[in-house]
Order: sequence, then C-alpha cells, then structure tokens
Amino acid sequence: MLAYILRRLVISIFVLFLATILVFLLVAESGDPLALLRANPKIPHRVILARENLLHLNDPLYERYWIWFSHAIHGDFGNTVAGQAVRPQLVSHLLVTLRMVILATLISIVLALAVGVYAALRQGKVADHVATVTNFLFLAAPVFVVGLLLKEFVAIPINEHLNRIVFYTNGEQSPTLSGSFFSRLPDYAAHTALPTITLILVSYSSWAIYQRASILETLDSDHVRLARSKGISPRRVLMRHVFRNALIPVTTVIALDFAAILGGALITEIVFGWQGLGIWFLNGVNGLDINITLAYLLVTATFVILFNLLADIIYAFLDPRIRYD
Amino acid sequence: MTETSDLSPRQQRLRRVSTSEVGMHTLPEAVPPAGSDDEARYGMAGDARGQLATVARRFIHSPMAVIGLCIFFGLAVAAILTEMFWTYSYTSITNTLNAPPSLAHPMGTNSIGGDVFAQAMHGTLQDIEIALVVAVLATFIGATVGAIAGFYRGGTDTALMRFVDLILVIPVLAILIVLAHIVAKQASNWLWLAIIIGAVSWTYVARLVRADFLSLRERDFVEASRALGASNRRIIVRHMLPNALGPIIVNATITVALSIVLESTLSYIGLGIQPPNVSLGLLVDQGQDSATTEWWLFVFPVVILVVLILSIFFIGDGLREALDPKKNRVRA
Repeated sequence: MLAYILRRLVISIFVLFLATILVFLLVAESGDPLALLRANPKIPHRVILARENLLHLNDPLYERYWIWFSHAIHGDFGNTVAGQAVRPQLVSHLLVTLRMVILATLISIVLALAVGVYAALRQGKVADHVATVTNFLFLAAPVFVVGLLLKEFVAIPINEHLNRIVFYTNGEQSPTLSGSFFSRLPDYAAHTALPTITLILVSYSSWAIYQRASILETLDSDHVRLARSKGISPRRVLMRHVFRNALIPVTTVIALDFAAILGGALITEIVFGWQGLGIWFLNGVNGLDINITLAYLLVTATFVILFNLLADIIYAFLDPRIRYD
Repeated sequence: MTETSDLSPRQQRLRRVSTSEVGMHTLPEAVPPAGSDDEARYGMAGDARGQLATVARRFIHSPMAVIGLCIFFGLAVAAILTEMFWTYSYTSITNTLNAPPSLAHPMGTNSIGGDVFAQAMHGTLQDIEIALVVAVLATFIGATVGAIAGFYRGGTDTALMRFVDLILVIPVLAILIVLAHIVAKQASNWLWLAIIIGAVSWTYVARLVRADFLSLRERDFVEASRALGASNRRIIVRHMLPNALGPIIVNATITVALSIVLESTLSYIGLGIQPPNVSLGLLVDQGQDSATTEWWLFVFPVVILVVLILSIFFIGDGLREALDPKKNRVRA
C-alpha cells in the first residue's frame, strides 16, 4: 500500500508540475501586468524599471519559469505585481478560506451520509421523495444563487426581525476585531455561519443522491440477502454489511469532488465578501499576476491531491479486498 | 455495398449474438428475428432502433423525467417565441423605470427601463445555446480521448489520462477564470465562452468511455471483428462506441446542466457573457443588490435559472434509469 501511495504521489506531483508550466505560459502570454503602472504619468520611470527587475519581466520565458520554480520548491513564491511577497498573503488568505472549507466539508459528508441512508431506507415513502427533491434542488442551484438567497431572504430578515445582527453577510470578521481568541470567537462564528451553510448545501446534495443509490444497490445484493436469510438481526445486517459496502463508492465521489468544493468556496467568498484565497486569486488573475495565480494553483492542487490520497487510504480500510499492488 | 452481406451465415450469427449480448441493453426486443432484412441491411442499427423504442417507453414511464423534458422544451420554445414575437427585445429601453410586474411587463422593468421578461428569455436562450455547444464539444472530445486511451492502452493511455488528471487536480472554475480572462481579451463572443467551458468539461466523459472501452475490448465480438480483418478505426467507431453510447448520452445531458451552472457562475463574477448581451447569471448579478426592493429583477432570473438546470438533471436521471440494463430484472 505504501508503494502504491508513493507512486500516486509521484504521478500527482508530476501532473502538478505540468500544470504550473501550462498556467505560467497562459498568464505570461496574456498581457503586460504593469500596463496600468506605465499608463500613470505620475509614476517615475525608475520605479517601473525596478518593478520589471523584481518580477523578471525582461527575461526570456523559460528563465522566468525557472526562477519561479527554483524558488517555489523552497517555499518562496516570489512577489506580487504590486511588489509585495506572495507567501504571507497566501498564508493569511488560506487561513480565512480554511475556516469555512474544513467545517463545511466535514458537515457535508455527515449530512450527505445521513440523508442518503435515511432516504434509501425509506425508499418510495414521502420522506424519500422530499429528500430526493431537496437534493436535486441544491444540486441544480449554482453556488452564488444559494448564497444570495440565504443572504437576502434568510439572514437579513432574521437580523431585522430580531433587531440585532445574528448573521453577518459581509466579510470574514469585523474590521475592528481585537481581544483574546475566545472573545473573538462569537464574531467569527456569526461571520462564518452563512458561507459555511452555503457551501454545505451545494456540496452535500450530489453525495447524498449517490449514497442513496449506493445503499439501495447494496441492499439488493446477494450477500445482504444471504446475511438476512442466515437470521442476522436487521440492525446488524445494516451496520456490518450494508453501510460498509455502500460507503466505498461514495468515498471516491467525495474525494474527486474536493476540487469542486474549493471552487465553490471561491464563489462563496465573492458572494459574502470574504478576503479568502478565492478573491485573492481572482484579483491576481485580473491583474495578470503570475505568482499569485501559480501560488493559488499549487495550494489548491496540493489539497486535492492529499484529499485523494486520504480517500485511497480510507478505501483500503473499508474494503479489505483492495490491495494496492 | 451492405457491410454484413459478405460474411458467411455463421459469421453473421456470431456477430449478432455478440452484439446483443454485450450491450447495456440486453432486452428481449433488442434482438431482431434471425436473418431479418433489417439485420442484414443495417447490422447493429437494426438493434438500435428496437432499443430506442424500449428506452423511450421506459423514459416516459418516469414522471420526473417527463416533467423535466416538458419544462426544458417549454422554456426553450417560450424563449424562441419571445425572441420572435414579444413587443420588446432584450436591448429595448422603455420609459418605464423600475416598474413592478404588470401586463405590459410581466417581469417588470429595470432601472434603465429594460424589459426583464425579454431579457430573461433571451438569457435562457443564450444559456441553452452555450450549454448545447459545450455538451457536443465536451462529448466529442471526451469520447474520442477516452476511446483512444481505452482501446490502445499502454503509453497512449497513460499520457492521455495524466492530462485528464491535470484538469482534475485544479478547481474547474479556477481554470475557467484564467481561460476566460485571456479569451475575453480577444472576443466577448458567447461561442468563445462555450469553447472554453467545453475545453474543461470533457474529462468525466473521457474517464467513463475509457473504463467502458477497457472492458469492451476484451469481449468476443471485438475479437471476432478483428479476426474478420476490421481496422482499429472501424472496430472503435462501429462496434465499441455504440456499446458505450448509453453512459455517453446520460453524461452529455448532465454536461448540459453543469455547463449552465459554469456559464452563469462566470457571468455572475463578470467573466462570462458581457453586456449588452444577457444571460441568466448576468441578470442575477445585476439584480442581486435590489433583491429585496426591486425583487423582480432578482427573483425571476433566479427561478428560471434553477428550474432550467433542474429540468435537465431530471431528464438526465430519467435517461440513466431508462438506459440502465440492470433495471430490467429488478422491480418493474
């Protein structure tokens, strides 16, 4: 298993390496990042020259990529177009995004499994239909629609009704926030609730649909029929024979979808005005900032790869037949 | 001229048996009577017609799928009719500003006097156009890549699948943002938008077709056609692809829905459809600030967008059930 995971890791890193080259070329070829600076007559020429040097804009492309690459493997992601170091910005924005993503992913998984199992066990009954229609509704609604609806028609009316702010709809924390971690916690929570709920709603639905189908298929399989006919109690059949098997396919789906969660986080951040990784990246792309774009790409891709590896490991636990060699 | 006529009767039988066994549609109706004219003339096409009828029959027995189909075509037809006959076009500017829904403007007007109904319908049409182009493009690229990877295996397979991985490790939206930003500089045409969405949407089909091909290529009927001297190209296109068609069609439907999601998201963040053209995502973006005051600017585009995507998902789900060979033996 270790050998398998190592091989997967090497392939992933190689893929990631190719991705950085591709994105580098795309962004580098799409225009001059200093165009705005040059258009401003108040900026002295030497400032522009210094910036050009800092960003290595006058070097040939392969050399610029090499400079980026040799620094990036040491954890130095270079400078932004505005001339600041990328890494501190990356870290602070990442922490903001993780606040919502970690919580949302965990709750989504639990919710998806619960809803999927419940709907499957109530197949054809009202509860199943309600759950399925709801799942499809959230599957169909784009992230920004869910976010905006929650913001405009849930959070703001509740706040107005109670005459105090329960849900903040803009920003990841109050700008004047200070004090110890525990005194800041309520403020964080009030800001994080809505974006997290948004991300949960758009993420859980497809998994729940999948989990329901998976349970139904397992319930219909020969080994479950055998277990029942042997006289094993229904509860034990469900726990030992159905759940465990039905979890295997859904693990893959969740792992593959992790990139989509990060994409969803990007839109959620825009809707709720969070200074997270997504907005940072979007502004980076808009400003033709290669270093920001590549840093975002590296971080998200690393998370996706790690998540996929985790899925592989869980996989082996769930299904003892799986041998990675 | 006919393709099967030069085969001996035994070979014909061999081929018939194998093609009817392999398909995902192992249905009684699917096998035409031995030696029928149809079978000799069209080979597999004869099977396909019987299968089509069965699939259609099963599809119309699923209420959600039929509702989805009706809503989707209803919206499409309404959008086309509006475009042709409605008093206002999506570019019209009237003197009625910020008017709530009325008979003259069923969805009200916006702050510069544009008719929201005409805009929403044009947006719907625009979304459907983009989604169909994306689905065709993504399915074509994905099926080709998947077929080649699954059929030839080895180095070709590895190279192609690593490329698929490359698109899978980065959020699709991030790739689209980079591409949209670069393409938007060249042309703000909706076709460009469709092309870049298509360029990132084909990976799932590719994996699907590849997996199907890996198992199909070991089947007897492929062996048989090879023994008969069929070229690789012919085996792929005439024998293997028709057998993988079910999942490809289902996936193409889902791609239509997902590309509407992607397009509207890009339009929402300002990298998709550009004014004066409209799409539903753009309308939601423009209406979001007045969601509670001039609610019609926000609610109508949102509802149409969600209903449109939902209807396509229902169609896809119905198709999947109708094309599922296992469904045949489980409860009717």
